[in-house]
Amino acid sequence: MSAAAPQAPTVTPILEAKGLVKRFGNVTALDGADFELMPGEILGVIGDNGAGKSSLIKCLSGAQVPDEGTVRMNGEDVVIRTPLEARALGIETVYQTLAVSPALDIADNLYLGREIRKPGFQGKVLRRLDKKAMRAEAKHQMSDLGIMTIQKIEQQVESLSGGQRQGVAVARAAAFGSKVIILDEPTAALGVKESGKVLDLIQKVRQNGLPVILISHNMPHVFEVADRIHIQRLGRRATVVDPKERTPNEVVAIMTGAAPAT
Amino acid sequence: MAELTPAPAGGGSAAAGTTTVDAPGRSAGLGARIHNTLHDKATLGPAIVLLIALVGFSVFTDRFLAANNLSLVLQQVMVVGTLGIAQTLIILTAGIDLSVGAIMVLSSIVMAKLSADSGVPGVLALLIGFGVGTLCGLINGILVSRVRLPPFIVTLGTLNIFIALNLYYSQSETIRGTDMSDVLLYTGNTFAIGDTRVAYGVLLMLGLFALVAYALRATAWGRHVYATGDDREAARLAGVQTTRVLLSVYTVAGLLCAVAGWILIGRIASASPQAGGSANLDSITAVVIGGTSLFGGRGLVIGTLFGALIVGVLRNGLALAGVDVLWQDFAVGFLVLTAVAIDQWIRKVKT
Repeated sequence: MSAAAPQAPTVTPILEAKGLVKRFGNVTALDGADFELMPGEILGVIGDNGAGKSSLIKCLSGAQVPDEGTVRMNGEDVVIRTPLEARALGIETVYQTLAVSPALDIADNLYLGREIRKPGFQGKVLRRLDKKAMRAEAKHQMSDLGIMTIQKIEQQVESLSGGQRQGVAVARAAAFGSKVIILDEPTAALGVKESGKVLDLIQKVRQNGLPVILISHNMPHVFEVADRIHIQRLGRRATVVDPKERTPNEVVAIMTGAAPAT
Repeated sequence: MAELTPAPAGGGSAAAGTTTVDAPGRSAGLGARIHNTLHDKATLGPAIVLLIALVGFSVFTDRFLAANNLSLVLQQVMVVGTLGIAQTLIILTAGIDLSVGAIMVLSSIVMAKLSADSGVPGVLALLIGFGVGTLCGLINGILVSRVRLPPFIVTLGTLNIFIALNLYYSQSETIRGTDMSDVLLYTGNTFAIGDTRVAYGVLLMLGLFALVAYALRATAWGRHVYATGDDREAARLAGVQTTRVLLSVYTVAGLLCAVAGWILIGRIASASPQAGGSANLDSITAVVIGGTSLFGGRGLVIGTLFGALIVGVLRNGLALAGVDVLWQDFAVGFLVLTAVAIDQWIRKVKT
């Protein structure tokens, strides 16, 4: 267990993994990785390329199934085999490149896979979607998070800028994630201004009481918002540090192995 | 999130963002406005082409607008149009189905032979034929969605298998309409609207277009078809059960092909194992001319109706104008290329 964690270890982690192993042929992406997410925190996850960040996150979000190891939510063992199962547990993930379906509109994207049907005959027999409700709710969600000044909720997502698309994806996660939100490189493709908005959004999500896992290459972004930083190295968790006690340089040193993980 | 400037008036899809790679002057030029409009309304192009063809042939030939000629065009289109619905569903998922024609003919032979040779009641023979088509589609679907083979290869294989089964079962013999139940020939019957005669097969086709258009637009399944075709992995991660969506699409397509088989029997008043040889490519042609993207996720089934009508009108009109058949093929080929070129251009979305 990481001694540097500011939270008292007596609090049950909301999401916890122990000894995760994931192999791809000869490559061992995860080599006994541990992970803990405390309630209400923003946990930054950083690591060099190939350190196993993505694999770790994919094992938590159901995009991949670990070969070994256990995952717990609120202290109880869970098995997450598909994104749908993760979602059923209240874990929502925003993927870096695969966040949205470009040809669908904003409301369709927000509700993809959990559409609202009209009540009564139209919905039950004709299986008609309640587009009105979906659009109204989508608009509400977007403006709730302060994202939306987009005029038309029915415009196709591909007509939005990168930041706006990311906003749609984050809004979807925030709207439906009841326990945990995972953001994979949410600022990687964005400019300075757009990144700032996304970081604001992340803090807003935490203020609403949801813990956030933020995977990022961008050290300043992680230091700006994270409460704790999980450093992944060589398929394992090297350590967890408090960004207020460490400098980015120290963290990078641990990440690359230049300094011991203490 | 960018400045989220309101989208320029007109095309709702005019990029609202202010990303740096935006094409210069996009907001102003006429070309850009056309681009945006077409991007929003993919069927606008086909609709205009159809209108031009209708007006053109009305002016240049005096027989084109005659009620019985238009009725004939519709009857010529009803088989390919119905197949086109199946093909549209599959192309929307970024797939392609080379076996639609073979499924259609196999189903029609099964229906006809059961009725004519085995004495199965017409309705039952029809339903068994639908079952055969559905099963064929299911096989395609399993191979594409679960075994994860490319749709092109899967349907190339099943195309040959279905043709072989069809020739085996039919002994390569045509079944005459007079030998089979009237139920199977029903789609070729006509009723009068004024002095025009409309075939029930045409009504059936139009009904299916309406039904599938509704399913694609207004149900979750339809949204999932688009999302799967757009980006399968993104859809999967968003919680769409893409494997199940693909399986359902191929299965439904199989059933639609069988319905097309029923319409085919009505159209030619017999069931021939050699019928519908060009149906595969004709259905793809209708879909493509109708503005549906071969890359998946974009297009409307109503466009396919326009596409099928454009081809039908073009062939009919050129024939009436006394133009050699080879130039009809030339014109259709030209249209396909134009449609695909326009699709490529439309898809160049600013990101």
